Amino acid sequence: MTSLPPPSDKKLGLVIDLDTCVGCHACVVSCKSWNSPGYGAPLADLDAYGEAPSGSFLNRIHTFEAKQEGRPAQVVHFPKSCLHCEDAPCVTVCPTGASYKRQADGIVLVNEDWCIGCGLCAWACPYGAREMDRAAGVMKKCTLCVDRIYNDNLPEVDREPACVRTCPAGARHFGDLGDPDSAVSRLVAERGGIDLMPEQGTKPVNKYLPPRPKRDIDDAEPVDLVALAEPEAKGFLGWLDRALERL
Amino acid sequence: MHPAPSLIVFTTLSGLGFGLMVWLGLGVPPAAGWAAFAWCAIAIGCAAIGLLASTLHLGNPQRAWRALSQWRSSWLSREGVLAIATLLVFGLHALLWIFFGQRLAALGIVAAVLALATVVATAMIYAQLRTVPRWHMPETPVLFVLYALAGGALVAGQALAGLVLLVLLGGLQVLAWRRGASAYARSGSSMETATGLTRHGRVRLLEAPHTAPNYLMTEMVFVVGRRRAAALRRIGLALGVVVPAIVCLVALIVSLPPFLLALAALCHLAGVAAMRWLFYAEAEHLVGLYYGRRPADRTAA
Repeated sequence: MTSLPPPSDKKLGLVIDLDTCVGCHACVVSCKSWNSPGYGAPLADLDAYGEAPSGSFLNRIHTFEAKQEGRPAQVVHFPKSCLHCEDAPCVTVCPTGASYKRQADGIVLVNEDWCIGCGLCAWACPYGAREMDRAAGVMKKCTLCVDRIYNDNLPEVDREPACVRTCPAGARHFGDLGDPDSAVSRLVAERGGIDLMPEQGTKPVNKYLPPRPKRDIDDAEPVDLVALAEPEAKGFLGWLDRALERL
Repeated sequence: MHPAPSLIVFTTLSGLGFGLMVWLGLGVPPAAGWAAFAWCAIAIGCAAIGLLASTLHLGNPQRAWRALSQWRSSWLSREGVLAIATLLVFGLHALLWIFFGQRLAALGIVAAVLALATVVATAMIYAQLRTVPRWHMPETPVLFVLYALAGGALVAGQALAGLVLLVLLGGLQVLAWRRGASAYARSGSSMETATGLTRHGRVRLLEAPHTAPNYLMTEMVFVVGRRRAAALRRIGLALGVVVPAIVCLVALIVSLPPFLLALAALCHLAGVAAMRWLFYAEAEHLVGLYYGRRPADRTAA
């Protein structure tokens, strides 16, 4: 059913720290490697060894630069995947009922056996979170690793999305954003987490932690790097150094 | 947006077919026998070819029947249901009319209303998308209806109705182009809101996430041909509106052979196809912001 369910208490999602992300793309690789043999059709690559390789990915890293007048530019690595919106426009436009939002935990999924590959859900998403798989002709999107987070066959430490599990910088956090006392909710409150394109009225569940303000290099006292590199003279050399100083 | 040929054929032809069904259903023009057959065949043929073309852009067309299930929430589903209902009702109406000489007014009116509703549903597939500001305007459904009715009037040989509708259509289309130019700016979305870096200054893309274009870029960040937009608009307007309107005007003053109106209808169809190409090609999708496509505010253009 492509009508949206009433808002759930549990809102599973990601919190992505733009201050910490180093743009290594490890989450992209980990996501693709977990989800290709996993949920639904494999994430196909076309022309993988040719001139213009392309393929479906559920997670992409863009790198932006933000620049304020008279301030140094700031580089921001920006991971982007499905935000599992509360008012998901991709769900209501679906003509087949393949695109749906789960009532229990708010995860937005695609039933690939029903998807006709019309692409309207991708048109309806402002974030570019959905990509058509050119080989299978069905829409692919982040499942929040639904086949990991509830998977009793995995050790408990692995029961989180592959991107979160793999991030070497600790820039990705997974949890229940519907619970104000959860670790992710507290993180969002502490760091002033924000919604992407709030003006689109999608009410994303995933939050982004903005980069902390950078200090301007001109604001600080210049550091004497040469002095720092000077070795400390000890013993006989130290005595000689002090003796020569006195001359 | 990528101007997929299947979608241009679909919206152009099915629009014309359903538009013609509105006129035929309302009892215009009076005809019987072979003439009735010809008109019904054109209407049903255009609508059916258009609908079949629309299935060409599906990844899994064999499951297209599933698209009839979500009419409560989805405009695309509503469009499918209404199109089939219209074809069934109009088909019955046409059978009774052609083979039994019974042109039932009530059944015709039901078919006309359904045909009109189908065109509105087609337009709403586009107009509902907040992500494409140029489509997300009240003008969009009105324009689709005017295109359908004007084309239908031309094929049905209705010079006066055709003239009035074409003038309205041309005027509203020019207005929609003008308002469409600032629609993106009115949406309030920018690279800053897209990245959440509004307080961090002006944002630009430093490194794209992938080296070759992906589905998002080929489908939604289509930019080819936008610089030819002004020329295409003039061609579309001339072929789709001005030439057929002049033929209608002349037909109202002196009696013209019927095939001239049919030629005008073909000319109109070519113009509509050009303008429909632009409808897709000019429409900017918000996802372009993540790829550094910051649309220039072309309000002045």
